[in-house]
Amino acid sequence: MDLIENYKQELQLIRKPWTRVWVGAFVLLLLLLPWFAPEYIIYTSTLIFIYAVGVQGQNLLIGYTGQISFGQAGFLAIGAFTFGHLSRFGIPWPIGLLGAGLAAGLFGILVGFPSLRLKGPYLAIATLGFGIAVYQIFANSELLSGGRMGLVIQKLEPIFGLSRLNFNYYFYFLIALVFTLATYNIISSYVGRAFIAIRDNDIAAEVIGVNLTRYKLLAFAVSSFYTGIQGGLYGLLLGYLEPNMFTFMESITLFVAVIIGGLASVEGSIMGAAFVILVPQFFSEFKEMVPVVFGVTILLVLIFEPLGLYGRWFKMRLYFRNWPLR
Amino acid sequence: MPLLEVDDLSISFGGIQALAEVDFQVENGEILSVIGPNGSGKTTMFNCISGVYRPDEGLIRFREKSLLGLSPDSIAHRGVARTFQNLRLFLHMTVVDNLLLGRHIKFHKNLIHALLRLRREEIRHREVVEEIIDFLDLQAYRQTRVSDCPYGVQKRVEMGRALAMEPHLLLLDEPISGLTSEEKEETAYRINEIRGRYKTSILLVEHDLRIASRLADRMIALDYGKKIAEGSPEEVQRTPEVIKAYLGED
Repeated sequence: MDLIENYKQELQLIRKPWTRVWVGAFVLLLLLLPWFAPEYIIYTSTLIFIYAVGVQGQNLLIGYTGQISFGQAGFLAIGAFTFGHLSRFGIPWPIGLLGAGLAAGLFGILVGFPSLRLKGPYLAIATLGFGIAVYQIFANSELLSGGRMGLVIQKLEPIFGLSRLNFNYYFYFLIALVFTLATYNIISSYVGRAFIAIRDNDIAAEVIGVNLTRYKLLAFAVSSFYTGIQGGLYGLLLGYLEPNMFTFMESITLFVAVIIGGLASVEGSIMGAAFVILVPQFFSEFKEMVPVVFGVTILLVLIFEPLGLYGRWFKMRLYFRNWPLR
Repeated sequence: MPLLEVDDLSISFGGIQALAEVDFQVENGEILSVIGPNGSGKTTMFNCISGVYRPDEGLIRFREKSLLGLSPDSIAHRGVARTFQNLRLFLHMTVVDNLLLGRHIKFHKNLIHALLRLRREEIRHREVVEEIIDFLDLQAYRQTRVSDCPYGVQKRVEMGRALAMEPHLLLLDEPISGLTSEEKEETAYRINEIRGRYKTSILLVEHDLRIASRLADRMIALDYGKKIAEGSPEEVQRTPEVIKAYLGED
Protein backbone atom coordinates (compact mmCIF):
# COMPACT_ATOMS: atom_id res chain seq x y z
CA MET A 1 0.00 0.00 0.00
CA ASP A 2 1.41 3.34 -0.86
CA LEU A 3 -0.08 6.55 0.35
CA ILE A 4 0.99 9.78 -1.22
CA GLU A 5 1.17 12.68 1.16
CA ASN A 6 2.50 15.46 -1.02
CA TYR A 7 3.26 16.38 -4.60
CA LYS A 8 6.99 15.83 -4.20
CA GLN A 9 6.33 12.18 -3.50
CA GLU A 10 4.03 11.86 -6.44
CA LEU A 11 6.53 13.42 -8.82
CA GLN A 12 9.46 11.25 -7.77
CA LEU A 13 11.22 9.33 -10.49
CA ILE A 14 10.72 6.01 -8.69
CA ARG A 15 8.01 6.06 -6.08
CA LYS A 16 7.82 2.65 -4.53
CA PRO A 17 10.62 1.55 -2.21
CA TRP A 18 10.78 -1.95 -3.67
CA THR A 19 11.05 -0.65 -7.20
CA ARG A 20 13.93 1.47 -5.98
CA VAL A 21 15.66 -1.59 -4.61
CA TRP A 22 15.23 -3.49 -7.87
CA VAL A 23 16.39 -0.63 -10.05
CA GLY A 24 19.33 -0.03 -7.72
CA ALA A 25 20.28 -3.70 -7.89
CA PHE A 26 20.04 -3.66 -11.67
CA VAL A 27 22.25 -0.58 -12.01
CA LEU A 28 24.74 -2.09 -9.58
CA LEU A 29 24.78 -5.29 -11.62
CA LEU A 30 25.50 -3.29 -14.75
CA LEU A 31 28.27 -1.39 -12.96
CA LEU A 32 29.91 -4.61 -11.78
CA LEU A 33 29.40 -6.50 -15.04
CA PRO A 34 32.93 -5.94 -16.41
CA TRP A 35 34.38 -7.66 -13.32
CA PHE A 36 32.91 -11.06 -14.02
CA ALA A 37 31.42 -11.18 -17.51
CA PRO A 38 33.29 -12.48 -20.56
CA GLU A 39 34.55 -9.91 -23.03
CA TYR A 40 31.97 -10.48 -25.74
CA ILE A 41 29.15 -9.78 -23.29
CA ILE A 42 30.78 -6.53 -22.23
CA TYR A 43 31.13 -5.49 -25.85
CA THR A 44 27.55 -6.49 -26.68
CA SER A 45 26.26 -4.54 -23.70
CA THR A 46 28.17 -1.51 -24.92
CA LEU A 47 26.38 -1.78 -28.24
CA ILE A 48 23.04 -2.10 -26.45
CA PHE A 49 23.72 1.11 -24.52
CA ILE A 50 24.37 2.98 -27.76
CA TYR A 51 21.28 1.55 -29.39
CA ALA A 52 19.13 2.26 -26.34
CA VAL A 53 19.71 6.00 -26.84
CA GLY A 54 18.44 5.95 -30.41
CA VAL A 55 15.53 3.61 -29.72
CA GLN A 56 14.34 5.88 -26.92
CA GLY A 57 14.40 8.80 -29.32
CA GLN A 58 12.51 6.80 -31.90
CA ASN A 59 9.98 5.77 -29.26
CA LEU A 60 9.40 9.40 -28.27
CA LEU A 61 8.37 9.97 -31.87
CA ILE A 62 6.48 6.78 -32.71
CA GLY A 63 5.24 5.58 -29.34
CA TYR A 64 4.52 8.85 -27.57
CA THR A 65 3.71 11.33 -30.33
CA GLY A 66 2.28 8.75 -32.73
CA GLN A 67 4.24 9.95 -35.78
CA ILE A 68 5.64 7.06 -37.79
CA SER A 69 9.13 7.50 -39.16
CA PHE A 70 10.98 5.09 -41.40
CA GLY A 71 13.87 7.46 -41.99
CA GLN A 72 15.87 6.98 -38.81
CA ALA A 73 18.90 5.64 -40.71
CA GLY A 74 19.11 9.03 -42.38
CA PHE A 75 19.38 10.83 -39.03
CA LEU A 76 21.79 8.17 -37.86
CA ALA A 77 24.02 8.78 -40.88
CA ILE A 78 23.83 12.57 -40.52
CA GLY A 79 24.75 12.33 -36.84
CA ALA A 80 27.56 9.85 -37.43
CA PHE A 81 29.18 11.71 -40.32
CA THR A 82 28.79 15.10 -38.63
CA PHE A 83 30.59 13.67 -35.66
CA GLY A 84 33.21 12.06 -37.91
CA HIS A 85 34.02 15.24 -39.78
CA LEU A 86 34.03 17.36 -36.64
CA SER A 87 36.43 14.99 -34.93
CA ARG A 88 38.73 15.05 -37.96
CA PHE A 89 38.90 18.81 -37.58
CA GLY A 90 40.24 18.12 -34.10
CA ILE A 91 37.10 19.15 -32.27
CA PRO A 92 36.82 17.40 -28.87
CA TRP A 93 34.24 14.63 -28.57
CA PRO A 94 31.68 16.33 -26.28
CA ILE A 95 31.25 19.20 -28.73
CA GLY A 96 31.38 16.77 -31.64
CA LEU A 97 28.56 14.72 -30.12
CA LEU A 98 26.50 17.82 -29.47
CA GLY A 99 27.09 18.84 -33.08
CA ALA A 100 26.00 15.40 -34.27
CA GLY A 101 22.78 15.63 -32.26
CA LEU A 102 22.05 19.18 -33.37
CA ALA A 103 22.70 18.47 -37.05
CA ALA A 104 20.39 15.46 -36.96
CA GLY A 105 17.85 17.47 -34.95
CA LEU A 106 17.88 20.20 -37.56
CA PHE A 107 17.16 17.71 -40.31
CA GLY A 108 14.53 16.22 -38.03
CA ILE A 109 12.69 19.54 -38.05
CA LEU A 110 12.89 19.64 -41.85
CA VAL A 111 11.55 16.10 -42.16
CA GLY A 112 8.93 16.96 -39.55
CA PHE A 113 7.26 19.51 -41.79
CA PRO A 114 5.42 16.89 -43.88
CA SER A 115 4.02 15.53 -40.60
CA LEU A 116 1.95 18.67 -40.30
CA ARG A 117 -0.04 17.53 -43.32
CA LEU A 118 0.53 13.79 -43.57
CA LYS A 119 -0.63 11.06 -41.26
CA GLY A 120 0.01 7.36 -40.78
CA PRO A 121 1.19 5.50 -43.86
CA TYR A 122 1.68 8.70 -45.89
CA LEU A 123 4.08 10.08 -43.34
CA ALA A 124 5.84 6.71 -43.21
CA ILE A 125 6.46 6.87 -46.97
CA ALA A 126 7.69 10.47 -46.81
CA THR A 127 10.20 9.69 -44.08
CA LEU A 128 11.23 6.48 -45.83
CA GLY A 129 12.13 8.59 -48.85
CA PHE A 130 14.27 10.80 -46.66
CA GLY A 131 16.18 7.84 -45.19
CA ILE A 132 16.95 6.39 -48.61
CA ALA A 133 17.90 9.78 -50.06
CA VAL A 134 20.40 10.43 -47.28
CA TYR A 135 21.97 7.03 -47.80
CA GLN A 136 22.30 7.64 -51.54
CA ILE A 137 23.86 11.06 -50.99
CA PHE A 138 26.48 9.66 -48.64
CA ALA A 139 27.08 6.63 -50.84
CA ASN A 140 27.70 8.81 -53.89
CA SER A 141 29.69 11.63 -52.38
CA GLU A 142 33.27 10.81 -51.46
CA LEU A 143 33.65 14.24 -49.94
CA LEU A 144 30.93 13.50 -47.39
CA SER A 145 31.55 9.84 -46.79
CA GLY A 146 35.34 9.97 -46.66
CA GLY A 147 35.83 7.99 -49.85
CA ARG A 148 36.49 4.33 -50.51
CA MET A 149 38.30 3.74 -47.24
CA GLY A 150 35.52 5.24 -45.15
CA LEU A 151 35.89 7.95 -42.58
CA VAL A 152 38.45 7.16 -39.87
CA ILE A 153 37.70 8.59 -36.45
CA GLN A 154 40.10 8.90 -33.54
CA LYS A 155 38.88 6.55 -30.81
CA LEU A 156 38.71 7.57 -27.17
CA GLU A 157 41.84 6.85 -25.13
CA PRO A 158 41.00 4.98 -21.92
CA ILE A 159 41.68 6.75 -18.65
CA PHE A 160 41.82 5.64 -14.98
CA GLY A 161 43.94 2.68 -16.07
CA LEU A 162 40.92 0.82 -17.45
CA SER A 163 41.26 -1.46 -20.44
CA ARG A 164 39.76 -0.04 -23.65
CA LEU A 165 36.89 -2.52 -23.46
CA ASN A 166 35.92 -1.65 -19.90
CA PHE A 167 36.43 2.05 -20.42
CA ASN A 168 34.09 2.01 -23.41
CA TYR A 169 31.56 0.04 -21.40
CA TYR A 170 31.44 2.59 -18.59
CA PHE A 171 31.58 5.56 -20.93
CA TYR A 172 28.58 4.46 -22.99
CA PHE A 173 26.75 3.23 -19.90
CA LEU A 174 26.98 6.72 -18.43
CA ILE A 175 25.76 8.38 -21.62
CA ALA A 176 22.86 5.94 -21.97
CA LEU A 177 21.98 6.59 -18.32
CA VAL A 178 21.92 10.36 -18.86
CA PHE A 179 19.68 10.01 -21.91
CA THR A 180 17.38 7.57 -20.15
CA LEU A 181 16.89 10.02 -17.28
CA ALA A 182 16.29 12.80 -19.78
CA THR A 183 13.63 10.70 -21.50
CA TYR A 184 11.86 10.02 -18.21
CA ASN A 185 11.93 13.72 -17.42
CA ILE A 186 10.56 14.68 -20.82
CA ILE A 187 7.68 12.24 -20.78
CA SER A 188 6.61 13.12 -17.24
CA SER A 189 6.59 16.84 -17.97
CA TYR A 190 4.10 19.00 -19.82
CA VAL A 191 6.05 18.30 -23.02
CA GLY A 192 5.49 14.57 -22.78
CA ARG A 193 1.84 15.07 -21.97
CA ALA A 194 1.46 17.25 -25.05
CA PHE A 195 3.12 14.54 -27.17
CA ILE A 196 0.71 11.90 -25.90
CA ALA A 197 -2.22 14.27 -26.37
CA ILE A 198 -1.30 14.65 -30.05
CA ARG A 199 -1.16 10.88 -30.41
CA ASP A 200 -4.46 10.21 -28.63
CA ASN A 201 -6.56 12.98 -30.14
CA ASP A 202 -4.98 15.73 -32.18
CA ILE A 203 -8.11 17.87 -32.50
CA ALA A 204 -8.69 17.90 -28.76
CA ALA A 205 -4.98 18.63 -28.22
CA GLU A 206 -5.24 21.68 -30.44
CA VAL A 207 -8.43 22.91 -28.79
CA ILE A 208 -6.89 22.81 -25.31
CA GLY A 209 -3.99 24.91 -26.57
CA VAL A 210 -1.28 22.52 -27.74
CA ASN A 211 0.36 24.08 -30.78
CA LEU A 212 0.46 21.11 -33.17
CA THR A 213 3.14 22.63 -35.40
CA ARG A 214 5.47 23.34 -32.54
CA TYR A 215 5.05 20.04 -30.73
CA LYS A 216 5.17 17.79 -33.77
CA LEU A 217 8.35 19.48 -34.93
CA LEU A 218 9.71 19.32 -31.39
CA ALA A 219 9.04 15.59 -31.30
CA PHE A 220 10.90 15.16 -34.58
CA ALA A 221 13.75 17.36 -33.37
CA VAL A 222 14.18 15.57 -30.04
CA SER A 223 13.84 12.14 -31.62
CA SER A 224 16.40 12.80 -34.33
CA PHE A 225 18.68 14.48 -31.79
CA TYR A 226 18.76 11.18 -29.90
CA THR A 227 19.33 9.28 -33.13
CA GLY A 228 22.12 11.66 -34.14
CA ILE A 229 23.80 11.08 -30.80
CA GLN A 230 23.49 7.35 -31.37
CA GLY A 231 25.20 7.78 -34.75
CA GLY A 232 28.02 9.82 -33.23
CA LEU A 233 28.53 7.29 -30.43
CA TYR A 234 28.57 4.47 -32.95
CA GLY A 235 31.31 6.18 -34.97
CA LEU A 236 33.29 6.88 -31.83
CA LEU A 237 33.12 3.25 -30.77
CA LEU A 238 33.99 1.70 -34.13
CA GLY A 239 36.57 4.30 -35.14
CA TYR A 240 35.45 4.41 -38.74
CA LEU A 241 32.32 5.08 -40.77
CA GLU A 242 31.04 4.09 -44.17
CA PRO A 243 27.66 4.72 -45.82
CA ASN A 244 26.78 1.03 -45.91
CA MET A 245 26.20 1.08 -42.16
CA PHE A 246 23.14 3.26 -42.75
CA THR A 247 21.02 1.40 -45.26
CA PHE A 248 17.24 1.10 -45.09
CA MET A 249 17.74 -2.08 -43.03
CA GLU A 250 19.06 0.09 -40.20
CA SER A 251 15.83 2.14 -40.16
CA ILE A 252 13.88 -1.11 -40.02
CA THR A 253 16.00 -2.37 -37.15
CA LEU A 254 15.31 0.74 -35.08
CA PHE A 255 11.63 0.50 -35.93
CA VAL A 256 11.55 -3.17 -34.92
CA ALA A 257 13.24 -2.31 -31.63
CA VAL A 258 10.47 0.13 -30.76
CA ILE A 259 7.64 -2.24 -31.68
CA ILE A 260 9.16 -5.30 -30.02
CA GLY A 261 10.22 -3.38 -26.93
CA GLY A 262 6.87 -1.72 -26.47
CA LEU A 263 5.38 1.48 -27.78
CA ALA A 264 5.43 4.41 -25.37
CA SER A 265 7.68 2.82 -22.78
CA VAL A 266 11.22 3.76 -21.82
CA GLU A 267 11.97 0.36 -20.31
CA GLY A 268 10.56 -1.20 -23.45
CA SER A 269 12.93 0.87 -25.59
CA ILE A 270 15.89 -0.54 -23.71
CA MET A 271 14.54 -4.09 -23.99
CA GLY A 272 13.94 -3.54 -27.69
CA ALA A 273 17.50 -2.29 -28.15
CA ALA A 274 18.77 -5.40 -26.40
CA PHE A 275 16.56 -7.54 -28.62
CA VAL A 276 17.82 -6.20 -31.94
CA ILE A 277 21.44 -6.49 -30.81
CA LEU A 278 21.15 -9.93 -29.21
CA VAL A 279 19.09 -11.72 -31.86
CA PRO A 280 21.66 -11.29 -34.65
CA GLN A 281 24.33 -12.48 -32.21
CA PHE A 282 22.43 -15.61 -31.22
CA PHE A 283 21.89 -16.41 -34.86
CA SER A 284 25.32 -15.33 -36.02
CA GLU A 285 25.94 -18.77 -37.49
CA PHE A 286 22.91 -18.46 -39.75
CA LYS A 287 23.16 -14.85 -40.72
CA GLU A 288 20.59 -15.17 -43.46
CA MET A 289 18.04 -16.23 -40.81
CA VAL A 290 18.17 -12.95 -38.86
CA PRO A 291 15.56 -11.11 -40.98
CA VAL A 292 13.32 -14.17 -40.76
CA VAL A 293 13.56 -14.18 -36.98
CA PHE A 294 12.85 -10.45 -36.88
CA GLY A 295 9.84 -10.84 -39.12
CA VAL A 296 8.38 -13.79 -37.25
CA THR A 297 8.88 -12.12 -33.88
CA ILE A 298 7.12 -8.96 -35.00
CA LEU A 299 4.19 -11.05 -36.17
CA LEU A 300 4.03 -12.95 -32.90
CA VAL A 301 4.40 -9.82 -30.79
CA LEU A 302 1.67 -7.98 -32.65
CA ILE A 303 -0.69 -10.94 -32.33
CA PHE A 304 -0.01 -11.99 -28.76
CA GLU A 305 1.46 -8.96 -27.04
CA PRO A 306 0.73 -5.66 -28.75
CA LEU A 307 2.42 -3.87 -25.87
CA GLY A 308 5.72 -5.57 -26.62
CA LEU A 309 8.31 -7.01 -24.26
CA TYR A 310 7.48 -4.31 -21.76
CA GLY A 311 3.82 -5.35 -21.78
CA ARG A 312 4.77 -8.95 -21.06
CA TRP A 313 7.08 -7.84 -18.26
CA PHE A 314 4.35 -5.65 -16.79
CA LYS A 315 1.87 -8.55 -16.76
CA MET A 316 4.43 -10.81 -15.11
CA ARG A 317 4.92 -8.25 -12.39
CA LEU A 318 1.18 -7.99 -11.84
CA TYR A 319 0.98 -11.76 -11.60
CA PHE A 320 3.74 -12.04 -9.02
CA ARG A 321 2.48 -9.15 -6.94
CA ASN A 322 -0.34 -11.35 -5.66
CA TRP A 323 1.58 -14.60 -5.83
CA PRO A 324 0.84 -17.22 -4.54
CA LEU A 325 -2.72 -15.97 -4.21
CA ARG A 326 -4.35 -16.20 -7.53
CA MET B 1 -19.05 45.46 -23.85
CA PRO B 2 -20.11 41.88 -24.61
CA LEU B 3 -17.58 39.10 -24.04
CA LEU B 4 -18.33 37.39 -27.33
CA GLU B 5 -19.89 38.98 -30.38
CA VAL B 6 -20.93 36.82 -33.29
CA ASP B 7 -22.06 38.73 -36.33
CA ASP B 8 -23.44 37.51 -39.62
CA LEU B 9 -21.80 34.11 -39.26
CA SER B 10 -22.18 31.85 -42.31
CA ILE B 11 -20.59 28.59 -43.35
CA SER B 12 -21.59 26.01 -45.90
CA PHE B 13 -20.37 22.53 -46.72
CA GLY B 14 -20.91 21.78 -50.38
CA GLY B 15 -24.51 22.70 -51.01
CA ILE B 16 -25.58 22.64 -47.38
CA GLN B 17 -25.81 25.96 -45.61
CA ALA B 18 -24.86 24.91 -42.08
CA LEU B 19 -25.03 28.41 -40.64
CA ALA B 20 -26.67 31.40 -42.29
CA GLU B 21 -26.09 34.92 -40.99
CA VAL B 22 -26.28 34.00 -37.34
CA ASP B 23 -25.68 36.78 -34.86
CA PHE B 24 -25.77 36.88 -31.10
CA GLN B 25 -23.76 38.10 -28.14
CA VAL B 26 -22.62 36.61 -24.86
CA GLU B 27 -22.38 39.05 -21.97
CA ASN B 28 -19.92 38.76 -19.12
CA GLY B 29 -20.97 36.20 -16.52
CA GLU B 30 -23.95 35.02 -18.51
CA ILE B 31 -25.19 31.55 -19.39
CA LEU B 32 -26.51 31.61 -22.93
CA SER B 33 -28.23 28.48 -24.06
CA VAL B 34 -28.44 27.43 -27.69
CA ILE B 35 -31.27 25.09 -28.64
CA GLY B 36 -32.39 23.61 -31.90
CA PRO B 37 -33.25 20.27 -33.49
CA ASN B 38 -30.60 17.87 -34.80
CA GLY B 39 -28.62 19.31 -37.67
CA SER B 40 -29.58 22.87 -36.93
CA GLY B 41 -25.95 24.01 -36.75
CA LYS B 42 -25.26 24.19 -33.01
CA THR B 43 -22.06 22.16 -33.06
CA THR B 44 -20.95 23.84 -36.30
CA MET B 45 -21.21 27.14 -34.49
CA PHE B 46 -19.00 25.80 -31.69
CA ASN B 47 -16.48 24.60 -34.24
CA CYS B 48 -16.39 28.05 -35.80
CA ILE B 49 -15.87 29.81 -32.48
CA SER B 50 -13.14 27.41 -31.31
CA GLY B 51 -11.31 27.60 -34.64
CA VAL B 52 -11.85 24.04 -35.84
CA TYR B 53 -13.79 25.38 -38.85
CA ARG B 54 -13.19 28.60 -40.77
CA PRO B 55 -16.47 30.41 -41.41
CA ASP B 56 -17.14 31.62 -44.95
CA GLU B 57 -18.43 34.98 -43.79
CA GLY B 58 -19.05 36.91 -40.63
CA LEU B 59 -17.29 38.21 -37.58
CA ILE B 60 -16.40 36.58 -34.28
CA ARG B 61 -15.05 39.01 -31.72
CA PHE B 62 -13.92 37.84 -28.30
CA ARG B 63 -12.96 40.45 -25.71
CA GLU B 64 -12.95 43.00 -28.51
CA LYS B 65 -10.50 41.08 -30.69
CA SER B 66 -11.34 39.05 -33.75
CA LEU B 67 -10.93 35.28 -33.53
CA LEU B 68 -11.22 34.75 -37.27
CA GLY B 69 -8.29 32.99 -38.89
CA LEU B 70 -6.71 32.01 -35.58
CA SER B 71 -5.71 28.40 -35.00
CA PRO B 72 -7.56 26.48 -32.26
CA ASP B 73 -4.57 26.62 -29.94
CA SER B 74 -4.26 30.39 -30.07
CA ILE B 75 -8.00 30.70 -29.45
CA ALA B 76 -7.46 28.51 -26.39
CA HIS B 77 -4.74 30.90 -25.27
CA ARG B 78 -7.17 33.82 -25.59
CA GLY B 79 -9.40 32.14 -23.01
CA VAL B 80 -11.99 30.04 -24.84
CA ALA B 81 -12.42 26.44 -23.69
CA ARG B 82 -14.83 23.86 -25.01
CA THR B 83 -16.08 20.35 -24.51
CA PHE B 84 -17.09 17.97 -27.27
CA GLN B 85 -20.40 16.27 -27.71
CA ASN B 86 -18.81 12.92 -28.59
CA LEU B 87 -16.08 13.13 -25.98
CA ARG B 88 -12.56 13.78 -27.23
CA LEU B 89 -10.46 12.70 -24.29
CA PHE B 90 -6.91 11.40 -24.21
CA LEU B 91 -7.97 7.84 -23.64
CA HIS B 92 -4.62 6.30 -22.75
CA MET B 93 -3.85 8.80 -20.03
CA THR B 94 -5.08 8.94 -16.46
CA VAL B 95 -7.78 11.32 -15.30
CA VAL B 96 -5.17 13.50 -13.57
CA ASP B 97 -3.05 13.71 -16.72
CA ASN B 98 -6.07 14.67 -18.80
CA LEU B 99 -6.86 17.47 -16.39
CA LEU B 100 -3.21 18.54 -16.32
CA LEU B 101 -3.34 18.86 -20.09
CA GLY B 102 -6.00 21.46 -19.49
CA ARG B 103 -3.28 23.42 -17.69
CA HIS B 104 -1.00 23.21 -20.72
CA ILE B 105 -1.61 26.82 -21.76
CA LYS B 106 -0.68 28.02 -18.26
CA PHE B 107 2.81 26.48 -18.29
CA HIS B 108 5.69 28.83 -18.96
CA LYS B 109 7.18 26.75 -21.71
CA ASN B 110 10.78 25.93 -21.01
CA LEU B 111 12.30 22.69 -22.22
CA ILE B 112 15.23 23.02 -19.80
CA HIS B 113 12.88 22.87 -16.83
CA ALA B 114 11.34 19.72 -18.26
CA LEU B 115 14.73 18.11 -18.91
CA LEU B 116 16.15 18.87 -15.48
CA ARG B 117 12.98 17.85 -13.65
CA LEU B 118 12.40 21.27 -12.08
CA ARG B 119 8.88 20.80 -10.87
CA ARG B 120 7.80 23.83 -8.89
CA GLU B 121 5.50 24.97 -11.68
CA GLU B 122 4.13 21.46 -12.15
CA ILE B 123 3.21 21.28 -8.45
CA ARG B 124 1.39 24.60 -8.65
CA HIS B 125 -0.71 23.32 -11.54
CA ARG B 126 -1.38 20.05 -9.79
CA GLU B 127 -2.88 21.99 -6.89
CA VAL B 128 -5.32 23.68 -9.25
CA VAL B 129 -6.18 20.33 -10.81
CA GLU B 130 -6.79 18.87 -7.36
CA GLU B 131 -9.39 21.56 -6.67
CA ILE B 132 -11.16 20.63 -9.89
CA ILE B 133 -11.07 16.98 -8.92
CA ASP B 134 -12.77 17.93 -5.66
CA PHE B 135 -15.33 20.09 -7.41
CA LEU B 136 -16.26 17.40 -9.93
CA ASP B 137 -16.05 14.59 -7.40
CA LEU B 138 -13.44 12.64 -9.37
CA GLN B 139 -11.24 11.52 -6.44
CA ALA B 140 -12.03 7.85 -6.93
CA TYR B 141 -10.80 7.97 -10.53
CA ARG B 142 -7.68 10.13 -10.16
CA GLN B 143 -5.22 7.54 -11.41
CA THR B 144 -7.61 5.54 -13.58
CA ARG B 145 -7.07 5.48 -17.29
CA VAL B 146 -9.83 7.47 -18.94
CA SER B 147 -10.70 4.61 -21.28
CA ASP B 148 -11.54 2.51 -18.20
CA CYS B 149 -13.89 5.11 -16.72
CA PRO B 150 -17.67 4.94 -17.10
CA TYR B 151 -19.34 7.35 -19.51
CA GLY B 152 -20.63 9.71 -16.86
CA VAL B 153 -17.14 10.06 -15.40
CA GLN B 154 -15.65 10.68 -18.84
CA LYS B 155 -18.13 13.50 -19.31
CA ARG B 156 -17.00 15.03 -16.04
CA VAL B 157 -13.34 14.69 -17.04
CA GLU B 158 -14.09 16.45 -20.29
CA MET B 159 -15.68 19.31 -18.39
CA GLY B 160 -12.83 19.35 -15.87
CA ARG B 161 -10.23 19.57 -18.61
CA ALA B 162 -11.97 22.66 -19.99
CA LEU B 163 -12.29 24.16 -16.49
CA ALA B 164 -8.59 23.62 -15.85
CA MET B 165 -7.92 26.13 -18.61
CA GLU B 166 -9.59 28.82 -16.46
CA PRO B 167 -11.38 30.17 -19.50
CA HIS B 168 -13.29 33.42 -19.83
CA LEU B 169 -15.78 31.63 -22.01
CA LEU B 170 -16.73 27.99 -21.69
CA LEU B 171 -18.48 26.25 -24.58
CA LEU B 172 -20.37 23.19 -23.38
CA ASP B 173 -21.62 20.90 -26.13
CA GLU B 174 -24.48 18.81 -24.75
CA PRO B 175 -22.95 18.30 -21.31
CA ILE B 176 -25.85 16.22 -20.01
CA SER B 177 -26.78 14.09 -22.98
CA GLY B 178 -26.50 10.39 -22.31
CA LEU B 179 -26.35 10.74 -18.54
CA THR B 180 -28.64 9.14 -15.98
CA SER B 181 -31.25 11.41 -14.48
CA GLU B 182 -29.30 11.63 -11.24
CA GLU B 183 -26.11 12.61 -13.09
CA LYS B 184 -28.10 15.13 -15.10
CA GLU B 185 -29.21 16.92 -11.95
CA GLU B 186 -25.68 16.90 -10.57
CA THR B 187 -24.24 18.29 -13.78
CA ALA B 188 -26.89 20.99 -14.00
CA TYR B 189 -26.07 22.00 -10.46
CA ARG B 190 -22.36 22.11 -11.28
CA ILE B 191 -22.84 24.18 -14.41
CA ASN B 192 -24.62 26.73 -12.29
CA GLU B 193 -21.79 26.56 -9.73
CA ILE B 194 -19.09 27.08 -12.35
CA ARG B 195 -20.32 30.56 -13.09
CA GLY B 196 -19.91 31.70 -9.51
CA ARG B 197 -16.74 29.80 -8.76
CA TYR B 198 -14.71 30.33 -11.92
CA LYS B 199 -16.19 33.65 -13.07
CA THR B 200 -16.83 32.15 -16.47
CA SER B 201 -19.46 32.89 -19.06
CA ILE B 202 -21.01 29.79 -20.56
CA LEU B 203 -22.38 29.06 -23.97
CA LEU B 204 -24.46 25.94 -23.60
CA VAL B 205 -25.78 23.66 -26.32
CA GLU B 206 -28.42 21.36 -24.93
CA HIS B 207 -31.25 19.21 -26.15
CA ASP B 208 -32.91 18.80 -22.79
CA LEU B 209 -35.17 21.88 -22.86
CA ARG B 210 -36.17 21.59 -19.24
CA ILE B 211 -32.61 21.81 -17.94
CA ALA B 212 -31.47 24.22 -20.63
CA SER B 213 -34.16 26.71 -19.74
CA ARG B 214 -33.57 26.28 -16.02
CA LEU B 215 -29.88 27.11 -16.35
CA ALA B 216 -29.94 29.78 -19.02
CA ASP B 217 -30.20 33.52 -18.52
CA ARG B 218 -31.02 33.90 -22.17
CA MET B 219 -31.64 31.49 -24.97
CA ILE B 220 -31.34 31.43 -28.75
CA ALA B 221 -32.86 28.88 -31.08
CA LEU B 222 -31.42 27.68 -34.36
CA ASP B 223 -33.11 25.80 -37.18
CA TYR B 224 -31.48 24.88 -40.49
CA GLY B 225 -28.58 27.20 -39.69
CA LYS B 226 -30.77 30.25 -39.06
CA LYS B 227 -31.45 31.97 -35.79
CA ILE B 228 -35.21 31.76 -35.32
CA ALA B 229 -35.59 33.16 -31.81
CA GLU B 230 -33.78 34.98 -29.04
CA GLY B 231 -34.79 36.06 -25.58
CA SER B 232 -35.58 34.67 -22.16
CA PRO B 233 -36.12 30.88 -22.06
CA GLU B 234 -39.90 31.34 -21.70
CA GLU B 235 -40.12 33.73 -24.60
CA VAL B 236 -38.09 31.50 -26.87
CA GLN B 237 -40.13 28.44 -26.07
CA ARG B 238 -43.34 30.29 -26.84
CA THR B 239 -42.12 31.48 -30.24
CA PRO B 240 -44.21 29.83 -32.97
CA GLU B 241 -41.12 29.10 -35.12
CA VAL B 242 -39.49 27.18 -32.27
CA ILE B 243 -42.59 25.14 -31.64
CA LYS B 244 -42.79 24.45 -35.36
CA ALA B 245 -39.13 23.40 -35.54
CA TYR B 246 -39.47 21.01 -32.62
CA LEU B 247 -42.96 19.64 -33.10
CA GLY B 248 -43.59 20.18 -36.79
CA GLU B 249 -46.75 21.70 -38.25
CA ASP B 250 -50.11 20.26 -37.51
